[in-house]
Amino acid sequence: MAKSTPTKAKSTSDESSKGDHSWSIEGPIQILDPAGKVIDKELEPKLPDDELKEIYRWMVTARSFDERALSLQRQGRLGTYAPLSGQEAAQVGSAWALEQQDWMFPSYREHAVQVVRGQRWVDILTYWGGSEEGNRIPKNVNNFTISIPIATQILHAMGAAWAGKLRGEKMAAIAYFGDGGTSEGDFHEGLNFAGVFKVGTVFFCQNNQYAISVPRERQTSSETIAQKAIAYGFDGVQVDGNDFLAVYYITNRALEKARSGGGPTLIEAITYRFSHHTTADDWTRYRSAAEVEEWKQKDPLIRFRKYLENKKLWSDKDEQKLLEEAKAEVAKAVEEYEKLPERDVEEIFKYTFAEMPWNLKEQLEDLRAYLKEKKPEE
Amino acid sequence: MAQLTLVQAINDALKVEMRRDKSVMVLGEDVGVDGGVFRATEGLLQEFGAGRIVDTPLAESGIVGAAIGLALNGMKPVAEIQFDGFMPPAFDHVVSHIGRVRWRSRGRFNVPMVIRAPYGGGIHAPEHHSESPEAYYAHTPGLKVVMPSGPYDAKGLLISAIRDPDPVIYLEPKKNYRAFREEVPENDYALPFGKANLLKEGSDITVISWGYMARLSLQAAEMLGEQGIGVEVIDLRTLVPLDINAILASVQKTGRCLIAQEAPQTCAFGSELMTLIQEKAFDSLRAPLGRISGFDITIPLYRLEEAYMPDAGRVIRKIKEILQFS
Repeated sequence: MAKSTPTKAKSTSDESSKGDHSWSIEGPIQILDPAGKVIDKELEPKLPDDELKEIYRWMVTARSFDERALSLQRQGRLGTYAPLSGQEAAQVGSAWALEQQDWMFPSYREHAVQVVRGQRWVDILTYWGGSEEGNRIPKNVNNFTISIPIATQILHAMGAAWAGKLRGEKMAAIAYFGDGGTSEGDFHEGLNFAGVFKVGTVFFCQNNQYAISVPRERQTSSETIAQKAIAYGFDGVQVDGNDFLAVYYITNRALEKARSGGGPTLIEAITYRFSHHTTADDWTRYRSAAEVEEWKQKDPLIRFRKYLENKKLWSDKDEQKLLEEAKAEVAKAVEEYEKLPERDVEEIFKYTFAEMPWNLKEQLEDLRAYLKEKKPEE
Repeated sequence: MAQLTLVQAINDALKVEMRRDKSVMVLGEDVGVDGGVFRATEGLLQEFGAGRIVDTPLAESGIVGAAIGLALNGMKPVAEIQFDGFMPPAFDHVVSHIGRVRWRSRGRFNVPMVIRAPYGGGIHAPEHHSESPEAYYAHTPGLKVVMPSGPYDAKGLLISAIRDPDPVIYLEPKKNYRAFREEVPENDYALPFGKANLLKEGSDITVISWGYMARLSLQAAEMLGEQGIGVEVIDLRTLVPLDINAILASVQKTGRCLIAQEAPQTCAFGSELMTLIQEKAFDSLRAPLGRISGFDITIPLYRLEEAYMPDAGRVIRKIKEILQFS
């Protein structure tokens, strides 16, 4: 189920970035400290209590989904999977700021963004469980399919926002990528085009500190990723990616700016992936347990829960209930995933072209004939 | 009807489509103020404005990657890559995305876009300006590959390419850009994909070709006609989709076939044609299939370029060799 339309936090000033500290690339924007205390009252989004609880529900469900997916993979019930734990605030926070008309271009780790935007948990399992059916995105959901080649989606997002500008639509596009993605040529070309044509794109970098095993320092000698925006002629900003409120605040602002013709923004959300790059690697080969533990102290879920508790919106009982509900929601998705119907082999041929040409038809028929011959022996 | 060169016919096709459909736009390097290095987009900036005729930064991956996003959100981009040899930077988007988007999204998304590029040698250009890369694209699922040989075809095929729901690689024979003129209707007309053009009828041997080599093969066929040899010449027009019926009908009639292509020989598109003919018309063959190609080398700089480029003499020589077999 997709999120309901969020209430918009008000921008603190007009969209001119001049002299506005909140676009500053020096030090990440933070609204909540790790103890869940509001340290910048002025920037705190004024979200209704119910919505805050709804947001927390999303983050907890994403974590629960992630843990279950990892376990399914280990049991041989799911293919290679890219875990998101630790990045829930960066993902749900940015997705929460998107409006229906906006376009979202994910990389391969944005499961929470995809689902907040209207795909389903079962779709994520279906895709990573080896079926293209998981990429069947509902008509009214402007999510693009995930892009596995690193940073390529940056250009697609920029192009989609450019089309919106040419067609006079009030929309923005957001591109998700990681710290490793900023080393690719397409990062440069995408941001460069966006700057030149003043295209309403939000470039959302989840700097989770590692590209598989290679640390952030090996990707660039720039002090920050955000500062790269200066060279492209637009705003860049660092945000504490484990602080939902800060991520939501700044993404919302960047999107509003994009929708109203103010051009692109680069957001560097500083975060950390608690687990492996994918289930095909082992994080203990390139990170120390102490480092991971240090980041777990900055867990985005704990911080947001403390915020709710400080606001007297949350109790241990609520927490227990939510954990159970999240587990049940995920279990339902798993159940549906494991009952997916068998697909006909035509499915692998039929979407190559708008109309199937003779050679594909011939190859499909040949495969069918072979499968028919093969069957009696099984 | 006007007598147009191939490059003028392309210009005309772009104008016709941009007038008809406001979502059609052109993006590339030097396509605006300069009108394209070959003048294919001359006058378009003046008529359609800088929003739809876009001089981009010098970045081919950027051009094609942007075109994907533009196409996803309602535009019909015609991306110009200035030369065949500059297509590789955009290759990631071409092979990793444009041919896969429909498949990946189960038909929710498609990218109706055209990538135009001049291809081929023979114009005394520097390195990276004379390539024949069609096999890469024909090999990639989900792409249509179009290679016109002359002005009339160029216009009708480009109009079809722009209207096509699938991504199209449209390779223009730069040696034929201004080599000759043809009657080209002023109105819009779309030539269907997957329908080859029978350039000349003959009963002794079939020559299958496309792009620059199609017209060269026709010249060779006419020369052989004076010697009493009946050469049938098929211009494929589109490699993907392929008009297999036209090929088989002709080969079944003549029993002999030569493939004439400019690209390096190994794993070239001609190799696929020879395989298909062998699979589907073996019984009709009266001689081994033959081919002339470029060589399996980098196309040389211009002092020895002529030694690389297949000419009518090589086509004639190979046809005679095949005819000697039986």
